Amino acid sequence: MRVTVLDYGLSNLLSVRRAFEHLGAEVEVTGDAARIAGAAALVLPGVGAFGDGMRRLAGLGLAAPLLAAAAADVPLLGICLGMQMLFEESDEFGRHTGLGLIPGRVERLPSLDTAGQPQRVPHIGWAPLLPPAGRAGFDGALARCLPGQECYFVHSYEAKPARDASRLADTRYGGRAVCAAAGRGRVLGCQFHPEKSGPVGLGILEGFLRLAGG
Amino acid sequence: MPTTKMPCIFVDAMLLDFLLCKKSRSIGPDPRYSRAACRPAGISPIKKPKRGRGRGTAKKPGKKMAKKIRLIARLDVKDESLVKGIQFEGLRRLGKPGDFARDYYEAGIDELLYIDIVASLYGRNNLHDILRQTSEKLFIPVTAGGGLRSVEDVRAVLQMGADKVAINTAAIRRPELIREVAAAFGSQCMVLSVQAKQGRAGPGHWEAYYNNGREHSGLDVVEWAKRGEALGAGEILLTSVDCEGMQRGMDLALIEAVSRAVSVPVICGGGAGSAEDIAQAARAGADAVAAAALLHYKKTTAPALKAGLLAAGVEVRRCG
Repeated sequence: MRVTVLDYGLSNLLSVRRAFEHLGAEVEVTGDAARIAGAAALVLPGVGAFGDGMRRLAGLGLAAPLLAAAAADVPLLGICLGMQMLFEESDEFGRHTGLGLIPGRVERLPSLDTAGQPQRVPHIGWAPLLPPAGRAGFDGALARCLPGQECYFVHSYEAKPARDASRLADTRYGGRAVCAAAGRGRVLGCQFHPEKSGPVGLGILEGFLRLAGG
Repeated sequence: MPTTKMPCIFVDAMLLDFLLCKKSRSIGPDPRYSRAACRPAGISPIKKPKRGRGRGTAKKPGKKMAKKIRLIARLDVKDESLVKGIQFEGLRRLGKPGDFARDYYEAGIDELLYIDIVASLYGRNNLHDILRQTSEKLFIPVTAGGGLRSVEDVRAVLQMGADKVAINTAAIRRPELIREVAAAFGSQCMVLSVQAKQGRAGPGHWEAYYNNGREHSGLDVVEWAKRGEALGAGEILLTSVDCEGMQRGMDLALIEAVSRAVSVPVICGGGAGSAEDIAQAARAGADAVAAAALLHYKKTTAPALKAGLLAAGVEVRRCG
């Protein structure tokens, strides 16, 4: 399995590369728009600010081929900021338009928890994956995860999918449900860093490869 | 002891604490004194009032959410060896940092923190090989620190596999570096490392040190942490020089003062000797605890610490 990781200058690509290589995948890291067209599976990593990320994608001419690949049903995994950019728009430092592959928007985590106490933002740490309301477990790339298994999150903003069907996993922070994973078709977004989430995270990347291969 | 005298005893305890700590280290640390000084619990008759009320950390939290903390293994590296000292002095070589890191990863540690502790002195960071090896096999967050002085230095360790960098000396010399690193790589990547030592102004005041607790900056720790946050630091790594390596408990007043003053997560280090010490730090406001000696000397393991924390009512990542 060959995985194409998008390099648009905004993340620690080494960890993502190593994690996929550990799982036996062949990894190509590229910022070349032409390489996206023929990709078998795409990964959009990312840390930093939403507006900056979208500007870089557009500046490198990567946004259009990404959308074309998703339309052609090429598996696409967005991680952290990469997940947020899959949505329609974000409030981070002004209003910014995203890729729009998953309906919904991205908003800042509240500064108070549900008990009215101040909570840390960014949310940094391990938090459990929980099935969204009304569901008993996970499917797709997360199919082999067990409810309560934990992944590593670093984020100040949260995605709010417009449709419940796009919500693949929640976590809890400050007493609230926060979207941990979202998807639509073969597009998958993880708010957490699967490449930094130990065996559980590797299992999710393996799930993504499985979907991509099958 | 008569309960009516409790308040007096409490004050005396603070004073004693302070005097012992201060006396012992007008220039450099002196373990003969400071072993007893750092750990209020070492002075058994005054232990209880201090814990219960003195520092306000053991109050029942009322409606507060259960606190969840990260358990981080701190690996100080010198010339490719894992080392550990007491108050950053008297370093012992313990082995290959990569071997320890792998064991901790397999045992379910939440993060790894590598510090090249001689890098600031020699002006270069030697963690590159260790980071590269780590990123090949260990899939948890890794922070690297020691001698990083520019955005380019930071870029180099990130390219070797670090997710975050901890910066102390260079940020004290040029605080603008915090903003530059945050702008280039995001705040989540910029951990401001603060080495705190109880200062001349008395209890409740700490001064920021650098070069492993050797040199003082004149900066008030709480003010410096706030400024660091304002400049873009995404986390504060707060190490008590007084308690470092002693395994006699953490400086709870320090932890409380800093974690109240900033809204970013605070990683606390220095003095953790047991799950109870870490639980107390969590109650005082720590968002993460960096443990070194108690893990390196195999006094305990990450799973045992986590079990102890859960038993003490502190949430942690559950493995498996």
